[in-house]
Amino acid sequence: MVQPLGYLKETASQTAGPYVHIGCTPNFTGIHGVFDADLGSGSMVNDQTRGERITIRGRVFDGAGTPLKDALVEIWQADADGFYNSPSETRGKADTNFFGWARCPGDMDTGEFVFETVKPGRAPFRDGRLMAPHVNFWIVARGINIGLNTRMYFSDEEQANAEDPILARVEHKMRIPTLIGKREGDTVTFDIYLQGENETIFFDI
Amino acid sequence: MKNAPPETTPFFARDRDVHPPAYTPWYKTSVLRSPQRALISLEGTKSEITGPVFGHGIINEFDNDLIVNYAKPGEGPIGQRILVHGRVLDERGIGVAGALVEFWQANAGGRYRHKKETYLAPLDPNFGGVGRTITDENGFYWFKTIKPGPYPWPNGVNDWRPAHIHFSVFGHGFAQRLITQMYFEGDPLIWICPIVKTIPDKDAIERLIAPLDMNATIPHDMGAYKFDIILRGRRSTLFENRMEGN
Repeated sequence: MVQPLGYLKETASQTAGPYVHIGCTPNFTGIHGVFDADLGSGSMVNDQTRGERITIRGRVFDGAGTPLKDALVEIWQADADGFYNSPSETRGKADTNFFGWARCPGDMDTGEFVFETVKPGRAPFRDGRLMAPHVNFWIVARGINIGLNTRMYFSDEEQANAEDPILARVEHKMRIPTLIGKREGDTVTFDIYLQGENETIFFDI
Repeated sequence: MKNAPPETTPFFARDRDVHPPAYTPWYKTSVLRSPQRALISLEGTKSEITGPVFGHGIINEFDNDLIVNYAKPGEGPIGQRILVHGRVLDERGIGVAGALVEFWQANAGGRYRHKKETYLAPLDPNFGGVGRTITDENGFYWFKTIKPGPYPWPNGVNDWRPAHIHFSVFGHGFAQRLITQMYFEGDPLIWICPIVKTIPDKDAIERLIAPLDMNATIPHDMGAYKFDIILRGRRSTLFENRMEGN
């Protein structure tokens, strides 16, 4: 016998279900008066936030090409200088006018999600190389048993993307475009394909 | 959060054997919503080991009391009054302080207050079904509610969800993000539910079943169930040959 390691096991994930909005965006689903506003709703920036304003919009598609109308999408990103607004950020202090996290339910008719944010700066990979600007995505919905993690990179960052240590490890290079948000003006479009020919790359983070 | 130094270390790798796989065809919606290609492994960078931390300031007095937070003054919801309490811990057994816990559920008859819900059971005019709280410095949380009823759903011809409460939990890093469901001790519907059965590991299912906790019941007032939630652990010490950013 040896000593038991004594670690606990992570609680198993379960689907968020079709009514995830009751808990996460109650005002969106018509439950008013419990919370003043839905957590993570609204613009992520204010007048003092540093950085370039962008709008991220997109939809989540199932394996039959139908947009999900009951997904919940959360994003987490660095500020314009590449710092995260988190106690675990050790390199410096993030912009106090930028929280870095938001959530958006897909529109009940079109499935579209929208985030008003800033373009993130570059943060270092573990070995010090810089990662390209990116936004972390987490997608939950009915039919998704465990939240799916992906990253959105930017089409106007070709050089940084070419140096990115995460993109570099993707074996099938033809899949990389699934991680690139298409920038036109101030809008970045990022559609997510859960399954099939254009399946988005998802990460085990 | 005040007493806990910030942790800057990577998380333990997620043990995917305790979680449901993406493709579980007996839960029909998963068929077209499951990626077919393998996940690409990505050891924690700053981008994953950091995450939003919410201050207690976002929580109002009755956010964790579903018995009163939607009720008209002087009225209350119909159903079995219960206290749900427990701790948010990580895999090291350490309480996760300052963790935002959100929860939502159907009413005593199994009816959700949602635009797309069509079940025959009526809404309760005094029950919204949503609440949230933030764990204390030792990771403890609690809320008061009405025990939810089971409800039928369009999957198999005659599928019924066990009584359950949905939980959404934030730890300290985005990689700890978790949504799960709590079930109630002794419910025979648990073991025939296609969503429960997405989890291949029986022990992992049992860890989602909250036991009746007579020690926490409030006599002549409410029953109690205890539900601990375990988030991913993280290495306790930073053992890196080369520090980030150098």
